[in-house]
Amino acid sequence: MGAHGLCCGRLFMDGEAVGSEAVSEDSGPGRRHRVHGMLKLYYGLNEEGKAEEQPESLDPCDINGPHFDPELFLNKLRRECSLAELMDQETCMVKQIRSLDSDMQTLVYENYNKFISATDTIRKMKNDFKKMEDEMDCLSANMAAITEFSARISGTLQDQHAQITKLSGVHTLLRKLQFLFELPARLNKCLELQAYAQAVRSHRRARCVLQQYSHLPSFKGIQDDCHAIMDKLAQELRQKFRDGGSSAKDLSECVELLLQLDEPAEELCDKFLSHAQSRLESDLQGLEAEIRPYPSASAMKDASGHRLSSTAAAGSPTYNSPKTSTIPSPTSNTDILEFIDRGCNEFVSSLCLVITSYQELFINHAQKGELASKNIPQMANGKLNAFVDDLAARYFSLVERRIQEEKGVADNSLLVRALDRFHRRLQAVTKLLPGSAVPNQGTEIVIRAATERVKQYLSALQSFYMDSLTDVRQALATPRLSVASASVAGGGAHLGGPASGRDAPNSLPELLSSLSASILNQIKSVLASVHLFTAKDITFSNKPYFKGEFCSQGVRESLVVSFIKFVCQSSRQFCESAGDKGGSTPPALLLLLSRLCLDYETSTISYILTLTDEQFLVQHHSPVTPVTTLCAEAREAAQKLLNHYVKVQGLIISQMLRKSVETRDWVNTIEPRNVRAVMKRVVEDTTSIDVQVGLLYEEGVRKAHSSDSSKRTFSVYSSSRQQARYAASYTPSAPMDTNLLSNIHKLFSERIDIFSSVEFNKVSVMTGIIKISLKTFLECVRLRTFGRYGLQQIQVDCHYLQMYLWRFVSDENLVHFMLDEIVGSSAHRCLDPAPMEQSVIEVICERG
Amino acid sequence: MEDDAPVIYGLEFQARALTAQTAETDAIRFLVGTQSLKFDNQIHIIDFDDENNIINKNVLLHQAGEIWHIGASPADKAVLTTCYNKTSDSRVVSCAAVWRMPSDWETGSHESPDDSAHNPQTLELLCHLDDSAHSNAACVLWEPMGDGKRVISLADNHALLWDLQESSTQATVSSTATLEGKGQLKFTSGKWSPHHNCSQLATANDTAIRGWDLRTMSQIYCIENAHGQLVRDLDFNPNRQYYLASCGDDCKVKFWDVRNVQEPVKSLEEHSHWVWSVRYNHSHDQLVLTASSDSRLILSNMVSISSEPFGHLVDDEELSEGEDNHQEDKSKEPLKDSVVSTYEEHEDSVYAAEWSSADPWLFASLSYDGRLVINRVPRALKYRILL
Repeated sequence: MGAHGLCCGRLFMDGEAVGSEAVSEDSGPGRRHRVHGMLKLYYGLNEEGKAEEQPESLDPCDINGPHFDPELFLNKLRRECSLAELMDQETCMVKQIRSLDSDMQTLVYENYNKFISATDTIRKMKNDFKKMEDEMDCLSANMAAITEFSARISGTLQDQHAQITKLSGVHTLLRKLQFLFELPARLNKCLELQAYAQAVRSHRRARCVLQQYSHLPSFKGIQDDCHAIMDKLAQELRQKFRDGGSSAKDLSECVELLLQLDEPAEELCDKFLSHAQSRLESDLQGLEAEIRPYPSASAMKDASGHRLSSTAAAGSPTYNSPKTSTIPSPTSNTDILEFIDRGCNEFVSSLCLVITSYQELFINHAQKGELASKNIPQMANGKLNAFVDDLAARYFSLVERRIQEEKGVADNSLLVRALDRFHRRLQAVTKLLPGSAVPNQGTEIVIRAATERVKQYLSALQSFYMDSLTDVRQALATPRLSVASASVAGGGAHLGGPASGRDAPNSLPELLSSLSASILNQIKSVLASVHLFTAKDITFSNKPYFKGEFCSQGVRESLVVSFIKFVCQSSRQFCESAGDKGGSTPPALLLLLSRLCLDYETSTISYILTLTDEQFLVQHHSPVTPVTTLCAEAREAAQKLLNHYVKVQGLIISQMLRKSVETRDWVNTIEPRNVRAVMKRVVEDTTSIDVQVGLLYEEGVRKAHSSDSSKRTFSVYSSSRQQARYAASYTPSAPMDTNLLSNIHKLFSERIDIFSSVEFNKVSVMTGIIKISLKTFLECVRLRTFGRYGLQQIQVDCHYLQMYLWRFVSDENLVHFMLDEIVGSSAHRCLDPAPMEQSVIEVICERG
Repeated sequence: MEDDAPVIYGLEFQARALTAQTAETDAIRFLVGTQSLKFDNQIHIIDFDDENNIINKNVLLHQAGEIWHIGASPADKAVLTTCYNKTSDSRVVSCAAVWRMPSDWETGSHESPDDSAHNPQTLELLCHLDDSAHSNAACVLWEPMGDGKRVISLADNHALLWDLQESSTQATVSSTATLEGKGQLKFTSGKWSPHHNCSQLATANDTAIRGWDLRTMSQIYCIENAHGQLVRDLDFNPNRQYYLASCGDDCKVKFWDVRNVQEPVKSLEEHSHWVWSVRYNHSHDQLVLTASSDSRLILSNMVSISSEPFGHLVDDEELSEGEDNHQEDKSKEPLKDSVVSTYEEHEDSVYAAEWSSADPWLFASLSYDGRLVINRVPRALKYRILL
């Protein structure tokens, strides 16, 4: 227990992990101190109560403390303790002393042993050192001998060394001289072998020396020889440079060598560029040759002429190979993509190569070398820019010419791809020449090409529109007779039955819908084609022009809006030109176009524009034509067309009526037995017009009329009125009465505008036509003089018209009134006015 | 304005023929010929008292037949021509004749204006303008500003130049021109040009307008398809010798420069039915009067093709006085071609309109129902032109 505690105590106090045996060999005082400490600890542990409680104080009574005073301690004990305690103390003390003594003995013994062994070791060392000292003496003697020898040898070799050094110097000099002497020959040989680079290298090495020693005749000779050779070499290099047969790499090597030969850089730049130019020009000429028509191309064109035209007409871009391209005027036999490809691969890449090598030679190189001081880079850069600009301009003009030839609009993707490639390849130039205007010019070309293309699409759309109109016109012309006869046979019945009898689907609604659909499809396909310009994978599509202006101004305004305007415009032209030439436009076409324009106004325009805006995400930076303007224009065109239709149809019927009135001798006519054929014709034509209009326009509103407003209603009305009027007008005593009834009627009825605007419905159209016809009838009647039977014939005719025409108009009173006017006027113009009995009239009219 | 209100006069009969009494330059006087198959036709002499706004009428009987066209001699106030229809044996024949008014028609009317209708005097026939070969006269034209010795009658497809002799009691055909072509060609109307020493005539047939040189009686120009349909009337610009106005059944009024007949100089489409008459104002050729069977009369101001295309400067003070609504848009900017006014007093087709020969600001129009309306040029426009 005690040993264990000791061990632990030591560990804690010193932190040494070694065992007591290892410690024993330490030096004395340290060891002693430590043992003393250990002992102290030991006692402290034994007398726990006292020693632990008393810190290492200055207490002189502490037997373990450093200030222990035996006298005081004794006195204290004697004063404080009882005898028994003293006894105990004494025993304890004795015990402790004894134990300490034994400890001391042990320690002394251990130390003694160690001391003995140390003494032994020291004695042994003493012997060894003595031996070593002898050996060292021997070594120093040897070293002295070696030093002596060495000194002796170097002394002997001194002379020879100097000689060798000298010899080697001479040798070098000789070799140099030999080099110099051999230089002309070597240069010649190099020249022969065309190892120009080596020759120049050699000459450069020798040049300074030769220059320095040129006052010596022999060197002078060499120098002259060398000069001659080098001149020749330079000559040859220049020749090679001029010949231009070598590759760009050879060429640049040439230039490099010439530069090293102190050729003036400016001249070299010029030469280099002029040489490059000649080569680039040959590229350009190659390109130009492609633009020019080949003699064989025209023959080939003729051979495949009809095929081309047929495919072009069909509008199906069957693009198989360049030779059967659908370009309508193939002035070159390569397509544009091939052309641009060739331009890129040959011209642009050579140009890039030239730029690179030029920059390498004259700019980068010169910046490092001594040439930089002479402003060579700036000069060279300026030349290069001018050179590139010049050539690029020519290239661009060629490209533009080629693009201009691209008139066919069949396959736009080809052009877009070509332009894309063109633009993409120019980016290389941008990288090489950051400040150059070339890429911008290229972009401008692309922009021009795009706008040009948009224009072409517009004209293509326009011609497509006109072509479709021609088709419609033809379709209208061919089956018209059958339509007319069919509708007449139907006697005014709806055209459902007769329509099925026709072979081709040529009814107006079908024509209208097919026309409208084909135009819309064409617009869509054009939009899709134009959309290629703004596709994401096209390099130039992210240029600001293609993002903004192209979409809004280009596509929306100058393509879509222009086309719509063109449609309206051309429609209006139909009204104007046809008016004077007497109806060169078939009326049905007018009607159809009018409906087309109206449809545009109601839906198609906004649809097309929405489509455009969606496809092109138009951001309207600049003001654009609003939909309402276009709609108003379309509506105006529709109105004009419909008015014109009314006019034309009215005129056709008027013409019949006028001729029938003018060519007849109304004074000497026979008693009417029939309705005149022309009236039947008028009714038939009116009926067929009604059917025609009904195909495209809604019925419209009529003024309310009595449910059985049949001819009977009219008969009563008309007979009573007419009788009254005639009775009045035939009394000779009252000439003033002639106009009374008519005038009273006029006072209460509104003024009738004959050629006025019509509404977009069937009834209004028919009213317009009938108004025009009847007014003509009236005016013609007033210019004639009638006999008795003439008047009666007019009565019959008017009654017949009344029977059939009222159903077409919005207000049947209008027909009543105008027919009354006619009969009244003819009664006035009658020499012997004896009207026919109403019943007889009715009978005649019933008979037909 | 009160004195701008139209003055209306009603005839008992239907009427188409109207003319100003050309030789009369003091009184405002119009002649109207009636059309009646059953009664004796009349020529109404309408005197308009400008100051009192009163119409005085005198009636002369024209018993030969219904009058389709009437023309007053430029030299003799009392002489006039008519084209009329005569019916005999159930045949209708168109004739032309020169007449003289009885010398005392005026005095008679002044004494008893109310009775004049009951007891009218009769025209005195001077001579017929017909010969056996040429009948069916459409119209008779006096030589403008002439001495009343020469007239042209248009009969079917012939233009006949007559010399009137011995106080117009004898007429001889001095030369003729014939319109040749396919079908039955017929002159519908014509006009004797006051320019070029009165050596030119313009005629209308169907849709074409033709110019004739009276010295050679040959055609000098032809405007084919001048109108889409019948050409109804012509008139020469009194101040610009090459300018000609025409109107027709396509509702249009067109102005031509006869040196270039491909395109009209100007075209108006204001009427809604056939235009039957077009008349330049005799003094101010920008004022053009048109009459139409849409019962309207339209006065247009064709400044751009007039002899005074820039007009006169307008005095602002003058304008501020008149509050007429025509001023507002024209006071500052240069004058534009425009419709000055549309007159809707008629209720039937208006077949004739004429300017007064005495007062350049006054005109008359005649509708089929026998209504004669006398109107004035709006005062504001008058001042603008004058000042």
